[in-house]
Amino acid sequence: MLPCTGRIEESLLLKAFENGADGVMVVGCLEGDCHYVSGNIRARARVNRVYGILEKIKIGPDRVRMFNLSAGEGSKFAAFANEFVGKILELGPSPINMVRAGQAQAVSQKEAT
Amino acid sequence: MKSGSNLEKVLMAGHFSVTAECGPPRGADPDIVRKKAAFVKGNVDACNVTDNQTSVVRMSSLAGCMLLKEQGIEPLIQMVVRDRNRIALQSDLLGASALGVRNLLCLSGDHQKFGDDPQAKNVFDIDSMQFIHLTKSMRDEGTFPSGKKLEGAPKFFIGCAVNPFADPFEIRVPRLKLKISAGADFVQTQCIYNMKKFKEYLELAKKEGLHEKVKILAGVTPLKSAGMAKFMRKMVAGMDIPDEVVNRIAAEPKEKQAEKGIEMCIEQIQELREMEGVAGIHVMAIEWEEKLAEIIGGAGLLPRPVVE
Amino acid sequence: MITGTPKPIEEILEMVEPYDNIILAGCHGCVTVCRVGGEKEVQVLASTLRLAREAGGRKINIKEVCLERQCDPEYVEQMRPYVGDYQAVLSIACGAGIQFLAEKYPIMPSLPGINTGFLGVTERQGEWSERCQGCGDCVLHLTGGICPVTRCAKSLFHGPCGGSMQGICEVDKSVKCGWQLIIDRLKALNQMENYGKLKPCKGWSTARDGGPRRIIREDMI
Repeated sequence: MLPCTGRIEESLLLKAFENGADGVMVVGCLEGDCHYVSGNIRARARVNRVYGILEKIKIGPDRVRMFNLSAGEGSKFAAFANEFVGKILELGPSPINMVRAGQAQAVSQKEAT
Repeated sequence: MKSGSNLEKVLMAGHFSVTAECGPPRGADPDIVRKKAAFVKGNVDACNVTDNQTSVVRMSSLAGCMLLKEQGIEPLIQMVVRDRNRIALQSDLLGASALGVRNLLCLSGDHQKFGDDPQAKNVFDIDSMQFIHLTKSMRDEGTFPSGKKLEGAPKFFIGCAVNPFADPFEIRVPRLKLKISAGADFVQTQCIYNMKKFKEYLELAKKEGLHEKVKILAGVTPLKSAGMAKFMRKMVAGMDIPDEVVNRIAAEPKEKQAEKGIEMCIEQIQELREMEGVAGIHVMAIEWEEKLAEIIGGAGLLPRPVVE
Repeated sequence: MITGTPKPIEEILEMVEPYDNIILAGCHGCVTVCRVGGEKEVQVLASTLRLAREAGGRKINIKEVCLERQCDPEYVEQMRPYVGDYQAVLSIACGAGIQFLAEKYPIMPSLPGINTGFLGVTERQGEWSERCQGCGDCVLHLTGGICPVTRCAKSLFHGPCGGSMQGICEVDKSVKCGWQLIIDRLKALNQMENYGKLKPCKGWSTARDGGPRRIIREDMI
């Protein structure tokens, strides 16, 4: 459980990709509305850094994105989630998952023969 | 006589001296220096040869000096502390003196960032102030800084540069004073365009009696165009060109601006000549050496005196 | 503190290219404070390398460690039990730490994950600047507590040079003229008499110019 997006470390976002995520959505409070003053601002900076890392190592920067909304905006959350999922589907599986799927296929083919 | 150089003799005899400047070529062709020398000859008491100015690699200053000397011009070697440590500086002083160079200008040198080799390691083992002092002690004491005796002391008329227009202004005169106490015999100033500020500087120096301890040669550079004035003002650190100077040359049509620049330079020299405490002028006609005779002659400073 | 900047990931990937099993070692000292080589940076760099390598089709195994200090033997010693299980160690400590690892584990290739910078201070989060060159002969008492060797681009002892304009150094618009700072400070301290004195040529033998340096404190041995 994270009390605030400000508690999200860059390594946690990267770990998600290592663990097989095709995309990571960070949802924080509206800027200027953080219980801890600047947690969501810090989160934004960290998401930006991870964006840069993903771009450099060719995983695709658009697989991580930060959204801001208030706790009362359920429908907005759903809309954001749908939008992001749509974007990730469009991008397809992450290069990591592609490699893993390829290897799994190779293994199963080997087993079949 | 400290050095017996022509420049020293002319100044000591009380003449208003004239020096100019030659930038050595960006290559090994000696004829480029010889061509420039032809424009300089007879018009000056000594001619500076720059030392990799703006950190752009050029033929060495000492080689340039020897080429001038070969043409019958008295050279003034510029040496910067940017590229040489105290070992190399001392060695080059001995070498230059042995070859008959009698005038020296001690400089810090522009930072290597401005040249073609910004990745170079800079030296700055000693600063220009310490370099002046080192040279003076070698000349006057006949010893190395280590105290060991020299086999023949180098003979130099020692100069330094001052920029009356750099910041902070209030430190400029104290800094000149320091250079004098380090051992400077003469100073050449940065190009002067802001005459009002220069007068202010000179007054402050005179109040301390500095003009009696050191020969002040006022630096001038003729403007070729309004564009050059604007470029220098913008790009050269410590260059103070007032609006009225730029406007005056800009008021001329393009083809007449060079002529105007020379006219303005001559006027300026005449004004500087009238100032108490100014012992001479230093004309830096950058890549425009062919105009030296016109400028110096125009200012009524030709022929140059011969002092035995 | 000793500062540094991360090496580009491409350069690190090239360095670790021959290896499949490495240690990535951070340091809890200076590089943690300047956010280039601490525990968090170890985690981020390890994940980044694993992702990049796996996406390229060749996985890499990384043991993540962060030593208390890579410049002290007792902490470096802590790696001994497992160091033989790996092919190389990528260190994101300063150059001293990286070299100490190489020295203590001579059979292991030691790889630098950062570019070590300078002895400096934190101006604000994310900004550090240089203060000391460790020349071995401090003159700060004469220069208003501002170092001419470090803060002047030409290390002048009688500045400022002609390139000082409105307190800014000609070398870079974002750099203050060290000598303007010294003069302002001397004035404020009423110590301008220090400016007017000719300072002798500096002895550089106590700086790196005298060869690699060491300090031996007989009273502590």
